[in-house]
Amino acid sequence: MKRHLLLFLCMISISVFSQELIDSTNVALIDTAITEMQHSGIVLNVCDTPNDDGTSITIKWDINDSLKGYLMDIHRIHGECDTAIALDMNPEKGIHTDNMVHGGTNYMYYALFKKDDIVKKTDNSLPVKAIGQWFNKERFDSFIVLLLIAGAFAWFIYLAKKGKSFYIRKIAGLDAVEEAVGRSTEMGKPIMYLLGIGYVTDIPTIAGLTILGRVAKKAAEYDTRIMVPSYDPVVMTTAQEVVKEAFTEAGRPDAYRKEDTMYITQDQFGYAAGVDGMMMREKPGAIFLQGLFFAESLILAETGYSIGAIQIAGTTETAQLPFFVAACDYTLIGEEMMAASVYLEREPLMLGSIVAEDLIKIIIVFVLIIGFILGLLGHGFKIGFFTDMFEWLVRII
Amino acid sequence: MIKGKGIPLAISFLTGTIIIIAFFIPHAPFGSFEEISLRWYSIIAGFTMLLGVDSLLRLHTNKIKRKENHWAYSIVLLFGFLLIVIVGIISTIRYGNAFLTGSGFMYMYDNMIIPLQSTMFSLLAFFIASAAYRAFRARNFDATLLLITAIIVMFGRVPISEMISPKIPIFTEWIMSVPQMAAKRGIIIGIALGAIGVSLRIILGIERSYLS
Repeated sequence: MKRHLLLFLCMISISVFSQELIDSTNVALIDTAITEMQHSGIVLNVCDTPNDDGTSITIKWDINDSLKGYLMDIHRIHGECDTAIALDMNPEKGIHTDNMVHGGTNYMYYALFKKDDIVKKTDNSLPVKAIGQWFNKERFDSFIVLLLIAGAFAWFIYLAKKGKSFYIRKIAGLDAVEEAVGRSTEMGKPIMYLLGIGYVTDIPTIAGLTILGRVAKKAAEYDTRIMVPSYDPVVMTTAQEVVKEAFTEAGRPDAYRKEDTMYITQDQFGYAAGVDGMMMREKPGAIFLQGLFFAESLILAETGYSIGAIQIAGTTETAQLPFFVAACDYTLIGEEMMAASVYLEREPLMLGSIVAEDLIKIIIVFVLIIGFILGLLGHGFKIGFFTDMFEWLVRII
Repeated sequence: MIKGKGIPLAISFLTGTIIIIAFFIPHAPFGSFEEISLRWYSIIAGFTMLLGVDSLLRLHTNKIKRKENHWAYSIVLLFGFLLIVIVGIISTIRYGNAFLTGSGFMYMYDNMIIPLQSTMFSLLAFFIASAAYRAFRARNFDATLLLITAIIVMFGRVPISEMISPKIPIFTEWIMSVPQMAAKRGIIIGIALGAIGVSLRIILGIERSYLS
């Protein structure tokens, strides 16, 4: 016991002594450095980080040639507390953000520049406090675009409510939904619906789920089995609910089979292998590929083609679209997929939102044409006025 | 009083609106709302994995019990599932972390799962060949145009084209960066607007098909 106590006391004395030694060395070095630093002219510019929630302070400085090859430490002072927030940084970076501050509290900063035995210290900065902003000015342009889009939506939805009818162009892939379900029914084969390898937070997966509701309802009306092999358990759970509701709405809750909306795996090629195996064994009459697909798209679509199923695909992944166009009977290209539920439902309010999208598209095309003309005259024919106008347009966008 | 489908619609509206507001207002409590929501999603997703595993095991156990068609494959699946779980537990007990190099779990991952993934991926080459054969048959003007463009692009991407004429790879790059990119950007603009449209329809409760 005594031996342990002695050892403990000995360790404390060693640590206290060594700490004092370190402190005294640092003080000596810093004192020397202060004299040198007073001539170096390095000043830390500290300010509240703009457009944040008030939890960070930005520190900036300009490095001069005399400090090349030095490493830099930045310290934060709050009352009596001196904390190193960055160690052995390359000072040429010129900027550092302190994300560990409390809003509304005053902080000061100083930096140490170190090289071999030399340590140079800057003066303490002026006190600064972090304040949260109520509007992110960097996103002002996005705000304007949002207002424009929301305004267009509100206007056309209002018109739809007042009874105005809107036209939506023919989408062959969606007209074929009934044909595909009917064909499967006639052949006595099931339908397979694939939502891809996206998560429920992805817009294409959500769009795929909305189409699933319609397809499942048709399948229930035709009394045809629908299989939904899933990549993600959240998507699987959501798909189960969508299919169940669709069967209930069609008046066939008894025909709903929970086990037909099943989980496969969260491995991309494992999922492709599992689904391919199911296709080969179950031989579905119709396959819907609606969602987010990547490298597995063609593996799935070609297997579907090989079993002679009618295939209706849709994705927002532009790299996968050519594969679907080559291997499937119908392909919903990008926005067609997003408009699918509107097309299948034909509800006036929903149609109004599609018209709003088209209006925004017209505005974008108009801006593109203006940009093209200004770019051609400004940079092609080198007319100064148009060059300035083009640069101004680019800056605004 | 909000009842029935009104509850999920109200949740969608509130969540969507707050997320949009949070995008423009960094001040607390809005600033951290997106991060908090994603954390909640991760927690919920973790629990739903149990539902996924339950669905998988129940489906294949029932197939074996009922001796349905191809039930032998279900035995292979259950065996593989149990094997990787047991090896994972043993590796965790033995090494403290199943993901350490040299553990039984990582041995199975490196020597069984990765080769299987590679095999599936390599099938893509054959599928591309068969799909390209069908797509490039010159049945009409569009397909012929596609065929000619594809030949130029493919040819421009191999070293021999540069040996014949250095202009071929330059022309290939032009096809990729001008007409191809223009079409792609057109589709992307449509997709972006479509995504905004779907989001707004869901937030405003106009789109209800996900509730059926």
